Amino acid sequence: MADLTTNFAGGIKCPNPFWLASAPPTNCGEQVMRAFDAGWGGAVWKTIGEPITNVSSRYSSIDWSAQRMMGFNNIELISDRPIEVNLREIEEVKKRYPKHAVIASLMVESKRETWHEMVKRAEGAGADGLELNFGCPHGMSERGMGSAVGQVPEYAQMITEWVKEAARTPVLVKLTPNITDIRVVARAAKRAGADGLSAINTINSITGIDLDTFEPRPNVDGKSSHGGYCGPAVKPIALNMIQQVNSDMVDGPPIPMSGIGGIGNWRDAAEFMLMGCGTVQVCTAAMHFGYRIVEDMIDGLSNWMDEKGFVTVDDFRGKSLAKVTEWKHLNLNYRIVAQIDEALCIGCQLCHIACWDGAHQCIHLDRVTGPVDGHVEVHAKPHEAGRERIVVTPIPKLDPPKGHVGAYATSLDRIPRVDETECVGCNLCSLVCPVDQCITMVERSNGLAPETWAERTCGMVERAG
Amino acid sequence: MDGAFVGHPEVAARFPDLHPEFDSRAAVVEANRCLNCFDAPCMSACPTHIDVPRFIKKIASGNVMGSAKSILEANVLGASCSRVCPVEVLCEGSCVMHGKHERPIEIGRLQRFAMETFYGAGGKLPLRQREERAERVACIGAGPASLACAAELRQLGFQVTVIDRRALPGGLNTYGVAEYKLRTADSLREVEMVRKLGVEFEMREVDAAGLAELEREFDAVFLGVGLGAMHRLAVEGADSVRESSAAGIGASVGVVDALDFIAGYKTGERLSVAKRVVVIGAGNTAIDAACAAKRLGAEEVTILYRRQRENISAFAFEYDHALREGVEFFWGTLPVALRETEHGISLTCMWVETDESGSLQPLKGSEFTVECDVVIPAIGQSPLVELLVQARGVTMDRGRVVIDRATGQTKNPKYFAGGDCVNGGREVVDAVADGKRAALGIAGWLSTRTEAHVG
Repeated sequence: MADLTTNFAGGIKCPNPFWLASAPPTNCGEQVMRAFDAGWGGAVWKTIGEPITNVSSRYSSIDWSAQRMMGFNNIELISDRPIEVNLREIEEVKKRYPKHAVIASLMVESKRETWHEMVKRAEGAGADGLELNFGCPHGMSERGMGSAVGQVPEYAQMITEWVKEAARTPVLVKLTPNITDIRVVARAAKRAGADGLSAINTINSITGIDLDTFEPRPNVDGKSSHGGYCGPAVKPIALNMIQQVNSDMVDGPPIPMSGIGGIGNWRDAAEFMLMGCGTVQVCTAAMHFGYRIVEDMIDGLSNWMDEKGFVTVDDFRGKSLAKVTEWKHLNLNYRIVAQIDEALCIGCQLCHIACWDGAHQCIHLDRVTGPVDGHVEVHAKPHEAGRERIVVTPIPKLDPPKGHVGAYATSLDRIPRVDETECVGCNLCSLVCPVDQCITMVERSNGLAPETWAERTCGMVERAG
Repeated sequence: MDGAFVGHPEVAARFPDLHPEFDSRAAVVEANRCLNCFDAPCMSACPTHIDVPRFIKKIASGNVMGSAKSILEANVLGASCSRVCPVEVLCEGSCVMHGKHERPIEIGRLQRFAMETFYGAGGKLPLRQREERAERVACIGAGPASLACAAELRQLGFQVTVIDRRALPGGLNTYGVAEYKLRTADSLREVEMVRKLGVEFEMREVDAAGLAELEREFDAVFLGVGLGAMHRLAVEGADSVRESSAAGIGASVGVVDALDFIAGYKTGERLSVAKRVVVIGAGNTAIDAACAAKRLGAEEVTILYRRQRENISAFAFEYDHALREGVEFFWGTLPVALRETEHGISLTCMWVETDESGSLQPLKGSEFTVECDVVIPAIGQSPLVELLVQARGVTMDRGRVVIDRATGQTKNPKYFAGGDCVNGGREVVDAVADGKRAALGIAGWLSTRTEAHVG
């Protein structure tokens, strides 16, 4: 049986690695206690600092194919509640839920004493760890905090050092993605002695514009401001940045990482862990569906671990890091081609048009008319003849069923054919195919030994020399 | 004959829409389900070849007016087709989703959503950029075939007059489609759009002399006359009692043919029917009449059909609908005699069997009687032979006008034809396709003729 208990960044203990990220779902003690009841292993408190005033509205989103909130954007600031109220509630939560992790997210003005005092008060309230919010990309950054710190490695290092001077609990630095190379701030945190990192914070965004009023969303009295983007849409960006940081050996080996960015289910969580994360943080999915989503995150991850024979999260953490490399180390002689399973094909021909207009013109509609190989074939427009063909509403008694060619459920004239000699193995057709497993990419040996670009150019240099 | 027609409120109450409309959110969800097939089978399956993925993706993108216009470009009666098309055997029947074991995209309802939005916004069909042409074309009949022909000819610049003998234009769309599928008012709304393209309408009878005059006055004539009267019930006594229930009468006894019955309630002249109704025949019109009888208050509605369930010409979903409405079916039943009694009508029937050769054999001694008040024969329409034989040089084969399928041209090059008078009675969408093809045929023929003159 999978054991999800976690000990993160040298001392933050929790029943499972699923944390709520510092955000509206962790705004107050009542919420955090309900979240723990639902099963969350930890919660990073909504960032505590001098209370701010928020605007309304605050959120906007991107829908995709009638799916709501594929990407989510906010212009909300840190906690608008007094520091002492937040701390009192942290104390109460820790009293009632001693086994769960409560991490205090902090953001105060860039003064050593102010940080020292904030750290002491948070730890005094019983926080199991501290997360330094160097990432908030809107509003707070205009006041010299949040990403204004996270975008300047020297500031980030300095403040982390101040915090470490006072802190007794693990210190996590939350990284902003709004920077050319996220590793420079990660290195600064390492140099300052941080115990761990959290990444990524939200990405600068304007989600859209109202085409009637010309006002971007979210609308605050006719104007908008850029916000922070998160949700499923940002997951690939987050995974890449986490891979970069977790593979970076500059200024010491990688330190523990709490993964953030579009995680909505156990699969996402497993992927972040395979990329080296010890815990994961969730916000948008919980804002969308509520705390209850954690049940399947725990259940799904446990079942997957049992199936794979993993007992603890550490058994698979980071397993995929070694499988990411620079492009120049990829095997140039590896060759795959698309294969269409005629029995599964439904005849939508999306692979054909995708290959024809968007790839390498090697998927043809010529199974009945006969093959016309080669990439110089002049491609027919959608059956002009078909559009002119006289079709009538069939009456069963009078009209024989339409001609069906071939042995498959889909008539052969609608099943595309792959010209393997021209196929470059790009995957596009298999990605657009709406039928699972209908188009698979299969290996075709070309008899050549593996060779990378690095090896090939290295040889060229030698030859040239 | 204009938008002033208002359906009778009681008819509206008794024949509410069979299928709920999509609201805009649901339409977008459904539109997003569409895979956007390349060279989509639904488009090939549509007799008018509406570019289905194109109009559906325009709904998904929020360009609903553009969606509607792309439908109307292919099929000017896109609104009525979206309601009356047997999509199960056309576009939706060919949807690739069947291959995924998923529901097909609800193309009919999406098309209807686009068309409702279009008409709701007071949408006008724009005239294409083209030269006005002097040639005049007469379209006889104001049903779907003629409307499609007339609209396309106007779009090509020709001067078109549509002539129909009935009070309202629209043909069976106005008078013959079950009200819960297509309201008379909706049919007339569509005709209005065609009129606004500049098509003239004349509501008058065309007889032999009139036809000769049209042939002289116009450069081409399109015959979209449909079919004629319904076949009479060839049963002893059938002609002796005509039912004539008009509004407020309600309990009249007798025989009334299905199309008269349907037209009667659609125009608001009939609001009720007697208690026991027998419909003879099992085609789509029979089903429409039987369901209408139920909704007009009949307590027992029975369909008599001489063959078996598997032989009916009604679509399967129409049959299922009739069962849901509470219509009963007597299979292998042949009416042989009808007489009026003091309680109503006594219909004598016999059981029929199909022998090895496929012909029907009444079983000797199987006579039984069905007591009822109203008998509605729905056994097909006769061709309009009397009129069509007057069209000089137009030939017919088994009651159907003979045409070149690609152009609609008859044996007399000046006459073109399409719709039920050519295909023997199919769907609205088939008539629209015929009409549009004929319009292109007429335009082509007139152009070559003009060139010949110039040359």
